[in-house]
Amino acid sequence: MKQSHRLNNVGLINRDKVITFNFNGKSYQGYEGDTLASALLANGVHLVGRSFKYHRPRGFIGAGVDEPNAKLQVTINGHSEPNINATEIELVEGLSATSQNCWPSVEFDIGAINNFLKRFFPAGFYYKTFMWPKSFWYKVYEPFIRKAAGLGVASLEKDKERYEHKFEYCDLLVTGSGPSGLASAYAAAKNGAKVILAEDKPRYGGTLLTDDVSIDNMSGKDWSEKIISELKTMPNVILKNRSQVFGYYDHNMMVMFERVGDHLSNKSKYTPRQRLWYIRAKETILSTGSIERPIVFGNNDTPGVVLSSAAKEYMKVYGVLVGRKPIIFTNNDSAYETAFEFKKNNVEPIILDTREEHDSEVVQEAKNKGIQIKFSYGVIVANGYKKVKSAKIGKLTKDKKSFESTETINCDCICVSGFWTPTVHLASQSGNKLKFDEKIDAFIPDKSKQNEKTIGAANGSFTLQETIESGFKTGSELSSKITDKNNENKIPTVTETKYSVHDKFWCMPLPKNENPKRFVDFQNDVAVSDIEIALREGYRSIEHVKRYTTLGMATDQGRTSNLNGLQMVSNIENKIVPEVGHTTFRPPFTPITIGTIVGREVGMEFMPTRKTPMHEWHEKNNAVFVDAGAWKRPRYYKQGNETLLEASKREAKNVRENVGICDVTTLGKIDIKGPDAAEFLNRVYTNAWLKLPVGKARYGVMLREDGMIMDDGTTTRISENHYHMTTTTAQAANVLSHLEYYLQIVWPELNVNVVSTTEQWAGAAIAGPKSRDMLSKLFPDLDVSNEALPFMGYIESNLFGVPARIFRISFSGELAYEVNVESNYGLFMWEKMMEIGQEFNNQPYGTEALSTLRIEMGHVAGPELDGRTIPQDVSLDGLVSKKKDFIGKNSLGKEAFVLENRQKIVGLVPTDRKSSIPEGSHLVENEKAKLPNPKLGHVSSSCWSVENNNPFSLAIVNDGKNMIGKKLFAVSPLKNTSIEVEIISSHYVDPEGKRVRS
Amino acid sequence: MLHINCPFCGLRAQKEFAYGGDATVKRPELNKEVSKEEWDNFVYMRKSPRGKHIELWHHISGCRQWFKVQRDTATHEIFKTAKMSEEIT
Repeated sequence: MKQSHRLNNVGLINRDKVITFNFNGKSYQGYEGDTLASALLANGVHLVGRSFKYHRPRGFIGAGVDEPNAKLQVTINGHSEPNINATEIELVEGLSATSQNCWPSVEFDIGAINNFLKRFFPAGFYYKTFMWPKSFWYKVYEPFIRKAAGLGVASLEKDKERYEHKFEYCDLLVTGSGPSGLASAYAAAKNGAKVILAEDKPRYGGTLLTDDVSIDNMSGKDWSEKIISELKTMPNVILKNRSQVFGYYDHNMMVMFERVGDHLSNKSKYTPRQRLWYIRAKETILSTGSIERPIVFGNNDTPGVVLSSAAKEYMKVYGVLVGRKPIIFTNNDSAYETAFEFKKNNVEPIILDTREEHDSEVVQEAKNKGIQIKFSYGVIVANGYKKVKSAKIGKLTKDKKSFESTETINCDCICVSGFWTPTVHLASQSGNKLKFDEKIDAFIPDKSKQNEKTIGAANGSFTLQETIESGFKTGSELSSKITDKNNENKIPTVTETKYSVHDKFWCMPLPKNENPKRFVDFQNDVAVSDIEIALREGYRSIEHVKRYTTLGMATDQGRTSNLNGLQMVSNIENKIVPEVGHTTFRPPFTPITIGTIVGREVGMEFMPTRKTPMHEWHEKNNAVFVDAGAWKRPRYYKQGNETLLEASKREAKNVRENVGICDVTTLGKIDIKGPDAAEFLNRVYTNAWLKLPVGKARYGVMLREDGMIMDDGTTTRISENHYHMTTTTAQAANVLSHLEYYLQIVWPELNVNVVSTTEQWAGAAIAGPKSRDMLSKLFPDLDVSNEALPFMGYIESNLFGVPARIFRISFSGELAYEVNVESNYGLFMWEKMMEIGQEFNNQPYGTEALSTLRIEMGHVAGPELDGRTIPQDVSLDGLVSKKKDFIGKNSLGKEAFVLENRQKIVGLVPTDRKSSIPEGSHLVENEKAKLPNPKLGHVSSSCWSVENNNPFSLAIVNDGKNMIGKKLFAVSPLKNTSIEVEIISSHYVDPEGKRVRS
Repeated sequence: MLHINCPFCGLRAQKEFAYGGDATVKRPELNKEVSKEEWDNFVYMRKSPRGKHIELWHHISGCRQWFKVQRDTATHEIFKTAKMSEEIT
């Protein structure tokens, strides 16, 4: 198939490799090395999308990151992604793209009716229109706005691609491989510095690929290739193309994304699609170049209106003509080069120069080449709907506010140039306050805030000589500071055209009685008239104008529109641009995928999985697991078709009647040693610890300084100066940090050391009336009688040769023990317990049965110790010492904490003894009361009491102690339930605690 | 992401640390009368200065030591880090 606008023998594409792709259902061909944009243009396709608000036909304006319009829905390898910039994505076999924001098609889009209603859609339209009636918001306005918002469609399927993260350190990071970037990277590399050179595009060289210059008698392209090939041989250099540094963060950390896989046709399963680099650089050189500014004129958004630099790039890099009858519309010299390039390819351009007749070097050259130039001329309005057909042009009067004459000339493209805007985003992100440079009418970086230095066009120097010199000098200086080497560089000789001054003119006036839209921001459909409205309505701050008009927002971030917008505000306000100021630049410079940010931390790799040494056994025995932080804990062991409730009832009942074992490895364990350990515990816990004898455990509660309970658990005195502390599974890490805080900061004089031993010990609880019998079989040589090992006793022994710690502690409220062995023997211990337990009808039980057992005993856990309860609230005030001081004690005297009707833990049973009470239900007096219905408390934990065979819950209720015997309603708007409940004691089973001591 | 110089381990990424608040706050001594106001100030009241701030950081994914960092809260510049036993002036 013929590519109608492809030039012969021009460009850097690989013509040996034809690539077939699909656009809006039609098949096209391009070449390897094309972007989707250049391939479409090669086929004469300009119309690629519809604008956001008015659905006007839009085509390509730029050739890279500057492109505001050509955002397409692109599918590669079956993976579809919206808002892909056609000018940045490389063509690969099988790529398929469709236009966005149009229906039924980009050629005929019903939404374009907005264009005829445009006087009803001025700036601030949304703020003004969707205000009243208020009741319309949810049902009418919001759905309408939602439908209109956004452009493409996000895929609902799981992203199957692989994304990676990489961390790198270097002496010097150079962002951009144009002339200044290449020169500085080269100089620094020669000084032995570790250099990373990042280039956003697939090809290195930046403007050297398109500018007609010579360096050391080589073309710009050849010189850049020579430097790159030399850098490639140097081990201290990392060269990265297709890699954009998009964010500059604190302490000189840059984040860069690398497009690794999308341009490959046959990539392996392990090739990531994209890679995110976190780069910590000692020094950074920002050589990000500049972006061409458009000049604003009537219907300047018509497809076929392109930036002059883009037209040149399409010709020189891709061998593509954007048109065969071009108008070059410029206020400066650089666009003449585009005219020369057209001429070279046998296309006759006409140059409209807004400046008065002058005789600069490029004007001479144009005249010599026989190119027609019209001085003091500009394009007033582009004619044509889906493609430029002609242009009404006019000769400007001296004051440039009206026209001496106008005429219409035929054309098929308008290449516009309004001079250059340095790309200062990264410098600004680093904290650099920008300054306005009147010489170039744009902002450039001011004083460096971090170790960054901006050079070349990004710093406003637009001659190659200056750029290359500053590159060599800066690269050399920054690197020699680090490496202490000072390699002499021969600065190459540069030949380039000398440019004359540009015209400070960016917006064409309109003839009387003509009112075409003149767009400033293409992506957000912001026209000159919108900015005028914003100012007329009193918006003065540029940040407000931005938000009211949406100028410079969205993915484009005003790359081509910011300065024209500022210029307009400054003209209307009669202020100079620096007084108007600029809006804030924020990362990312261009959009990045969520996948890149997430990296490999998806699915199973989202966070580490912690498994106990017995995990394998649980898996083999039908355990259904539950996440407890990063831990996997058996929730219940499923038998047959059992439900969760059935299984947990069976397991809990078996503990009450016989014996059960539970994997308690996940409990936090902290080893505490030192001569002041007892004193330390005495300060950390609310109860007394100085007199705990060796070989005894004690239950303790620790508070935060604000008096709220932080955690609870038992601590055992292993020997004189050695304690073993247990914490809840959830609070293990926090408790360790808490202890370290007090030991290192508050009481450094205490001679105590703490270390986490959670992973070192495997633990199993043996609970139930037959647990002592079972224990005696596990430790046949040991006296495990009530006298030798009483409640809260501790013995060390060995389990068939394995050293073991035996604690007589109980969470279930039954006679119970916990056995700890070194983690490696955890599975051995468990299997021995299962084997020996058989004759006692031992069964393993999971966390659901564990909860059931503790709830009906009225033992508190996480849901009650939620950071909002003091000891009194959960009936633990008996553990609060009145004699000694401890962490948080002073807070317990606060008025709210000693109120007579303070909240307190209670038990709840449904009056029908049948309905389960959802956890989180609110307790109210009258279920039918008008909202807001006063909340009297909440349900913290619920279970099915196996002892009494009916539902039972724990709750925290206002004035709990005087509420026993009353009836309330437990309502859960989430579950849509309302259950009448009776308030009883929180100790539903064995209130005297006889069993644990039996 | 900040780059923090742990006085025990050297320069490490912020990821390895946890923030611990104002380092100049002193806990009232144990077993001493404390006025309500003094206690409330200790528990609840913190300044939120713009500029230099001496604060605590905890090297949780490293040596597990708490230490002091003098940082500018507006620019994130870190001027000094020090062990708990050392003074930052």
